[in-house]
Amino acid sequence: MGSKEKVIMDGKSIDRALSRIAHEILERNKGADDLIIIGICTGGIPLARIIVDKIKKIEGVEVPSGYIDITLYRDDLSRIGYHPKLKKTEIPGSIDDKTIVLVDDVLYTGRTIRAAMDALIDFGRPKAIQLAILVDRGHRELPIRADFVGRNVPTSRSEVVDVKVEGEVKEWKVVIREREENE
Amino acid sequence: MSDFLSRKDILGLRDFTRQEIELVLDTAASMEDILQREIKKVPSLRGKTVVNLFFEPSTRTRTSFEIAGKRLSADVVNFSAAVSSVKKGETLLDTARNIEAMKPDVLVVRHSSSGAPHFLARHLSVPVVNAGDGRHEHPSQGLLDLYTIRKVKGRIEGLNVLILGDILHSRVARSDIYGLTTMGAKVTICGPSPLIPREYQALGVEATWDINEALRGKDVVIVLRIQLERMESSFFPSIREYVRYFGLNRERMKLAKEDAIVMHPGPVNRGWELADDLADSDVSVILQQVEAGVAVRMAILYLLAHVREEVES
Amino acid sequence: MSDAPVKVIKGGVIVDPEEGEKEGLCVVIEGGRVTGLVPPEEAPAGEGVEVIDAEGLHVLPGLVDLHVHLRDPGYEWKEDIQSGTAAAAAGGFTSVVCMANTDPVNDDPETTRYIVERAREVGKAKVYPVAAITKGLKGEELTNMGELLEAGAVAFSDDGKPVASALILSRAMEYSLMFGAPLILHEEEITLSKGGCLNEGKMSTRLGLPGIPASSEICAVARDIALAEYTGAKVHIAHVSTAGAVEIIKRARERGVAVTAETAPHYLTLTEEATEGFNTRAKMNPPLRTERDREALLQALAEGVIDCVATDHAPHEDLVKECEFDVAAFGIIGLQTALPLTLRALESAGKGVKELVKVMSYNPSKVIGIKGGKIEKGGPADITLVDLSREWVFTEDVNLSKSRNSPFLGWTLKGKVVLTMVDGKVTYREESRVR
Repeated sequence: MGSKEKVIMDGKSIDRALSRIAHEILERNKGADDLIIIGICTGGIPLARIIVDKIKKIEGVEVPSGYIDITLYRDDLSRIGYHPKLKKTEIPGSIDDKTIVLVDDVLYTGRTIRAAMDALIDFGRPKAIQLAILVDRGHRELPIRADFVGRNVPTSRSEVVDVKVEGEVKEWKVVIREREENE
Repeated sequence: MSDFLSRKDILGLRDFTRQEIELVLDTAASMEDILQREIKKVPSLRGKTVVNLFFEPSTRTRTSFEIAGKRLSADVVNFSAAVSSVKKGETLLDTARNIEAMKPDVLVVRHSSSGAPHFLARHLSVPVVNAGDGRHEHPSQGLLDLYTIRKVKGRIEGLNVLILGDILHSRVARSDIYGLTTMGAKVTICGPSPLIPREYQALGVEATWDINEALRGKDVVIVLRIQLERMESSFFPSIREYVRYFGLNRERMKLAKEDAIVMHPGPVNRGWELADDLADSDVSVILQQVEAGVAVRMAILYLLAHVREEVES
Repeated sequence: MSDAPVKVIKGGVIVDPEEGEKEGLCVVIEGGRVTGLVPPEEAPAGEGVEVIDAEGLHVLPGLVDLHVHLRDPGYEWKEDIQSGTAAAAAGGFTSVVCMANTDPVNDDPETTRYIVERAREVGKAKVYPVAAITKGLKGEELTNMGELLEAGAVAFSDDGKPVASALILSRAMEYSLMFGAPLILHEEEITLSKGGCLNEGKMSTRLGLPGIPASSEICAVARDIALAEYTGAKVHIAHVSTAGAVEIIKRARERGVAVTAETAPHYLTLTEEATEGFNTRAKMNPPLRTERDREALLQALAEGVIDCVATDHAPHEDLVKECEFDVAAFGIIGLQTALPLTLRALESAGKGVKELVKVMSYNPSKVIGIKGGKIEKGGPADITLVDLSREWVFTEDVNLSKSRNSPFLGWTLKGKVVLTMVDGKVTYREESRVR
């Protein structure tokens, strides 16, 4: 592996991007009232956590946050030929009339976001759903667009974008590499 | 841990590995979360068809599988069939092939003959779930019992479990025994001597006819239902004598551990195998078992419903 | 294939039930009889003499199966006299004794005569009918034993079911004294076995199936031996499956009771474990028992307490066999696998082909009082040539029965019949081997 890996964002630029996203969220929604930040399992969870921290620093309020597992809402269960292990979903309180910011690491075909929105709507009727993404790599298959984007990265379908979130934010990175066989 | 079951069918817990059991229980835990929501339905099995093929009347298990399927958005069809004699009428295999021709994605089978689901599984490509075969196994009941125990007790390994009653004819007992012993619990069986299999060691359990000895130090007591026809065929002389020696009541329950729980696969013959007040007391987790039943069966259907494509591809 | 008036079997090892293996002799056959056992230089040769090269083969007196269900008349889709005897010949049998649970039941001379005549027309083995002990196998009224014997029956049995009433069986025994024909007894206490479909034990416990306890057979054997001892009748205990029954038979024989007994190759080979996975091809009555029982049967066979091995060849079509275990029919086919399986069992007990001839030919002949069991001058030319060391696989292709309900399909077996002759006429020949 490793050899063909290219770092497209390092920890510093990830941190900067998330700071900007936090500001944009606050700006767009005119503050943090009625906001809920929801990370999509599993890649969106650490990013959501950072955004919540940053909002707290800026506004001085702890925005309610949670995470959502979209496995049971996927439209490709029959195609991938195995049963993804189910993960937990944790939604803080009622989402009725709240503005939900879904957070994920990479936006690609849009199918995950579609599933996440279906899942969310089973929990109630939010006022609005917005989408925050660290990397938008294109190739949408559904009419879905992110409201807050860390970076737009042109890719080919034969490539894979990995967001690596071990350790502290400054050690995180986004890499791009060729898809391996059987992947 | 494996993320999927590497088997086409769920026929019994005898050959289930610990990893497989854990996968089902963990999946069921996620399913249980869904059951707490206002909208208790997810689209996971949209477009899939689950057929409940029941050759034996059963409202509870059938309803539980039906709700489980519907919670996952599967279409659930109930097919009640009579057990036909081999000499006249449609054979079991004919019936099943007819159903299979209608392209279900999972076949849930209840049959009065031990091994009937195994026979079908051998001959059909559709995944088969055993919903109780004769006096052999009832794996979904076994799994929901394991789920309930794990949830209430926090673990299964190392627990002392008593199964009380008609072990010989009980498919629940067999599935519980196989599942519990695989998960590392120590199982004791107790009941009237003719209802304890002579070769009980083949099940990996200890046995006693003395309920007081049996209850001592137990964490979990699973009480089995008295079947009246067993009395009629002289396995025990009377309900009165059964209750005297094997009926579980509050007084006897004191012999078990202080925090011991009582389970029963239902329906309970109140005042017979289980005293009325004990069935309703807080040591009874009978309703939790029923609740767990839907979550566990959702997990089973979820884990099996996509096997068909795998097998075919 | 010519049937020359004179045949000479040359180069094989002749197996005698008493003297064992004899080398360097040819078997001379003329007019359906053995006319001599002579050194090669004295054997006839030339025109009109067919020489059968038996180099590397063993020459056995034709095997005799005391327990076969030919299913004819009445269940010809399972088996008939033609297919059953063809399978018998391929298995090395020259005589088969066929049970009475046909449709109609062989309880009147008409049916007996049909079997005898049909066998003469199309049979590839001598067929000796067993007539029923009671009319319709109902256990209520005795059959006309005298007439049935005159029509060709050689013994009586309600096989498939026990004679439940001790009184009726006792009467049958007393009545049979006049004729000296044996009663072949299916030993089962039905109040104990009812509903059971495999041995009551480890597997019935694991699979959750109703069992047939060993005590069902033991009680019945004990009762029937008491009756035989009391009446003095000649009885033969069919398909012994338990160590307990062996023990009772052993003691009875020590007391001089006229009791003989058979077991079947499957009881010497398999145990209840073969039912694993609800395998209906391991379902028979009596059921496969435990390893302890298997060992006791083997020892009893080696010691002569059990004197015969019979197949209990019980053909069934898939419809009644490939289904739920508890409703599946009892029984397996066994004619073509009996010799190698019995040989394997005997060899595991330190015995060999001499004992095989005893338990599969000599002793069974004595039980029903027919000539055979020994290749000797003046005896019938019922002979089986076997390659004892040849390994072969029992497949559906080589199976000649109309049914395929065998747990041994796919097994590699050692000991292959290459030629069988009845009264000097070849009934089975493995073309590739014998010239």
